[in-house]
Amino acid sequence: MDRFSWTNGLLEINETLVIQQRGVRLYDGDDKAKMDVGVALLSTHRLIWRDNKNHECCIAMPLSQILFFEEQAGGIGKSAKIVIHLHPTPPNKEPGPYQQSKYSYIKLSFKEHGQIEFYRRLTEEMTKKRWENMPVSQPIPTGTGLQAGRTRAVGIVGIERKIEEKRKETDKNISEAFEDLSKLMVKAKEMVELSKSIANKIKDKQGDITEDETIRFKSYLLSMGIADPVTRETHGSGTHYHMQLAKQLGDMLQAPLELLSPEDLVNACKMFESLKLPLRLRVFDSGVMVVQLQSHSEEEMIASALDNVSDKGSLTAEEFAKLLGLSVLLSKERLLLAEKMGHLCRDDSVEGLRFYPNLF
Amino acid sequence: MSFEWPWQYNFPPFFTLQPNADTRQKQLEAWCSLALSYCRHHKLYTLDVMEAQESPMFNNKKIERKLSMETIQIVFEELRKKGNLEWLDKNKLRCLVMWRRPEEWGKLIYQWVSKNGMVNSVFTLYELSNGDDTQEEEFHGLEEWMLLRSLQALQTDGRAEIISMDDGKGVKFF
Repeated sequence: MDRFSWTNGLLEINETLVIQQRGVRLYDGDDKAKMDVGVALLSTHRLIWRDNKNHECCIAMPLSQILFFEEQAGGIGKSAKIVIHLHPTPPNKEPGPYQQSKYSYIKLSFKEHGQIEFYRRLTEEMTKKRWENMPVSQPIPTGTGLQAGRTRAVGIVGIERKIEEKRKETDKNISEAFEDLSKLMVKAKEMVELSKSIANKIKDKQGDITEDETIRFKSYLLSMGIADPVTRETHGSGTHYHMQLAKQLGDMLQAPLELLSPEDLVNACKMFESLKLPLRLRVFDSGVMVVQLQSHSEEEMIASALDNVSDKGSLTAEEFAKLLGLSVLLSKERLLLAEKMGHLCRDDSVEGLRFYPNLF
Repeated sequence: MSFEWPWQYNFPPFFTLQPNADTRQKQLEAWCSLALSYCRHHKLYTLDVMEAQESPMFNNKKIERKLSMETIQIVFEELRKKGNLEWLDKNKLRCLVMWRRPEEWGKLIYQWVSKNGMVNSVFTLYELSNGDDTQEEEFHGLEEWMLLRSLQALQTDGRAEIISMDDGKGVKFF
C-alpha cells in the first residue's frame, strides 16, 4: 500500500477513464487497509481509488508500478479479489496514505462484484500499455498555481468525454425504440393498401371482397383496438378540404428529419397564426388538440352539427362520426361544444348517450 | 278528462338532467309545472317520493325513460323554493304538494262565500270541503290540513276567523 500517492482524482490530458467499480476494499498485502470501502477506477495511466464517503480521500498509482496480477476467487463470506503484485517504490514517489509497508502486493476486494470486468480491462490496459504512448505531466499536488489551472481544464475534458459517451448511449436507445415505430409504419402501409383495395372493390362493385381480405382487415383493426370496423373509405376520393390540408401539412413536414416528435409538431402548429398560414391549432376543453382550417370557425362546426342531428332526429357520437367520416373522439367534441352553446341537449340512458336538438 | 301531458314528456332528453345551465333551468321549470298540474288533476295533496318515481308522473313507460331519484329531489327542491312543496319528514320521503298555495285557496273560498251572500255565516270545515253546496267548487275535497292553512291565510288578512266547536273546527267569514 506504500506505492499509492495522494491525488485530486482529476484525469490528466491524454488520460482516459477505462472502468470504475464501486464497493471495493483495499488490502495491504493480506491485511485490510485502513480505508473504508470505496470506488476503484482504472484509467489508461493509473489505478485510482476513492473513498465513498470522503471524496477528498483519493489515492492513485501508475500502472507501470504493476508487476503482475491475478484473480482470487471468492467463497462463502469472502468476496472475489484481484491480487496485484508491485514493483519496488520509485524514489520520487509523491506522499501517500502509507509511508511504508512490509508487503509488495495489494488486493482489491470486490464487495459488490464487478471483478471479472475489472480484471479483463486491467489485462487489456496492461497489455496495451497506453501510458507509454501518451505521456502526461508528473502528477502534481493539489492547489499549486498555473499547473492546477491546466489540470482543471483537463478535468473538464474528461467530463466532456463522459457526456459524449452518455449521449451516444442515449442515441442508441432512441434508435432502438424507433425501430418498433418503423415496423409499425410498415404494418400501417400494408393496412392502407388492403383498405384501398377493398374500397375500390366496393366502388367498382367488382366482385366480392374475399373472405381472406375481410379476415385480414378485421384482424389488423382488432390488433389496433378497433373492435367494430367500418369499411368506409374516407380519404381515397378526398374532398377539396382534405387535399388542401394535406398539402399544407406536407409542406410543413418536409423538414430535414425523418421522424418528428409530437412535441415538435405541436410547437410548429402553434406558429401557424404568426406564419400567416391558413391553419390553426385548436385545443378543446378536454385537452384534445386538433389542426383545423382557419376558416372552419366554431359557428360553422356547431351549425353543421345541429343540422346533422336535426336531420336524423338524434345522434350518438359514433353515428355522427360515421356520418362525417371523423374520429369518434373528434365528433364527440363537436357535439359537446354544440351542447355547451345550447344548440343540443342530451339523452343519457342505458341505451347510451344520444344528442337531440335543444327544443327546450 | 284525461291528463294532457306536455310535449316535453315524450322528449327523451327531458328525463336526463341537462349539463348546460340555461337548458337545465328550462327543463326544471317544465318539470315543476308538470308535477303541479299532475297533482292538481289527480287531486293529490301529498306525495310519497318512492311511489312518485314509479308513477307515470316521472316514469314514461312508452319511451322507456324515467327520472332518476337524484333529479326528482332536485325538482322537489325547486318546488319547495317556490313555496309549492313542504317536507313532512327529515328524510325527505314524504311531502305536501301545494299546487295551489294557501293564499290562493283562501281567495277562492272567500269568493264563493261572498258570491253566495254567506258572509257572516259560520261553516264547519267539513261543510266547506265536503258539503253538497260546494260540490261544483274546486276546493271541494280539499284536505283538511290544506283547508286550514287557507283559512289561516284569510284570518291573517282579517277576512275570517277560525273557531273551535264541539266536534271540530269551524270558520266565520267577514
